[in-house]
Amino acid sequence: MSAPRRGRAPNAAGWRRTVPGRLLAGGAGVAVLARCTGGPSALDPHGVRAVQIAADWWGMAIAAAAIWAGVMSLLALALLPRQRGVDQWALAEDYRETPRGGLALVVAGGIVMPVIVLGVLAFVGSRALAAQVTPASPTAFEVDVTGHQFWWEVHYPSQQITTANEIHVPVGQSVQLTLHGADVIHSFWVPQLMGKMDLIPGQTNTTWLRADAPGVYRGQCAEYCGLQHAHMAFLVIADPPDQFAAWAAAQAQPASQPTDPALQDGAQVFARQGCIGCHAIRYGAGDTGGKIGPDLTHLASRGTIAAGTLDNTRGNLGGWIMNSQALKPGNLMPPMPMDGPSLQALLTYLESLK
Amino acid sequence: MPEGRCGRGRRAAWGRPAGLASLVLALCACSPERPAPWRLVLPAAAAAQPEAAGDPRAGAQAIQRYGCGACHAIPGVPGAHGAVGPPLAGLASRQVIAGRLPNTPDNLARWIEHPQAIAPGNVMPELGVSAADAQDIAAYLATLR
Repeated sequence: MSAPRRGRAPNAAGWRRTVPGRLLAGGAGVAVLARCTGGPSALDPHGVRAVQIAADWWGMAIAAAAIWAGVMSLLALALLPRQRGVDQWALAEDYRETPRGGLALVVAGGIVMPVIVLGVLAFVGSRALAAQVTPASPTAFEVDVTGHQFWWEVHYPSQQITTANEIHVPVGQSVQLTLHGADVIHSFWVPQLMGKMDLIPGQTNTTWLRADAPGVYRGQCAEYCGLQHAHMAFLVIADPPDQFAAWAAAQAQPASQPTDPALQDGAQVFARQGCIGCHAIRYGAGDTGGKIGPDLTHLASRGTIAAGTLDNTRGNLGGWIMNSQALKPGNLMPPMPMDGPSLQALLTYLESLK
Repeated sequence: MPEGRCGRGRRAAWGRPAGLASLVLALCACSPERPAPWRLVLPAAAAAQPEAAGDPRAGAQAIQRYGCGACHAIPGVPGAHGAVGPPLAGLASRQVIAGRLPNTPDNLARWIEHPQAIAPGNVMPELGVSAADAQDIAAYLATLR
């Protein structure tokens, strides 16, 4: 062997840095997870499906952490130097002549324990899958969702509601979700309420959710679908049943023809500038306007625009209309620049669409 | 058995330090906010603005709340990369705002509060900005040299 180089010999002490490093990383990971409450986290469940997912996840995480700790302890035991003066090579010789000690550990830890652990996991997992598929209570109604690049088209067939990027549900009632993909594969995911279900062009997927506490839950697209996949969010708003009924009744109403001259100006801008080619504002006697973009009949009732990208305020709406490409590059709405008076009139009109 | 990581023979001793030095120099030149040459020569001119009355930090939050960033690119405000109106970087160093007003904190606050009153028919909408919010926003914009 060549003379050792200056400094540490190659590969010595690499494991010493690894074991404490991995322990530290494990500890830091637990600390990060412990802060995952509030906001759209799957570890902050507010619906029956998400509660089960989170519980199973914690069970697996704790079991895995225990197994990891056990394995690392054994590794540390094996690697730490023994008492001074003992001949390590002689010990090894003895060990190789009595293989049954080691073999018992291998059989116990490498065959028996994995069979038990994986068996338990398989049982827990298949039971959980079955519970995820079947609604916990009979579904109250259907919400039909179509995923587009990069927004969510929402219909409530039985209530005659058409909206976009926002779903209201009554607290404590299961709601059926019928999912379609319009262009590419998207995925419907509300971390605090449920797992993911894809929206696949040419296929109808069915799932369900139930929110067990009132609140606003953010959902997002969970299948990469193009440039603005990251800005394809939606809101699921769980209301007490009477509030939900009021919302549904208002959403089922068509827009009323504007009588105020200022609003009439805005309605004319909407048609003149070409917005009507992609967006519908339904006045009742049949649909008017295009279906390429979100329905705007009740735009002012929604909390966000651009699929959860921006709060629905006059300033954001103005900037979005004039140059949506600067805010969400690659989205399918072209910049719609117009002169000042037209923009102000249009904004006033859109703000009236409650 | 290999001798070591760089087993293919000796390098020139200056190779690695020279590479590091040139990398550091290259990164120093890549600042997106290199001040214009006149600002280096005359720093006093850039600091001629009187102190604004509002709170810049509250102003940055108000900017997000009102959605100014949907039309303007504003440094230091998350999500403010609109391309409808002029970018506001360096606003505090400019002499004129809105194409007509001297750039003072009061004028800036007035403009933010009622753009349609100052320039009727311009594109910047009335956003219902309160007087206090307008002062805070103006104070934040006054930090954009």
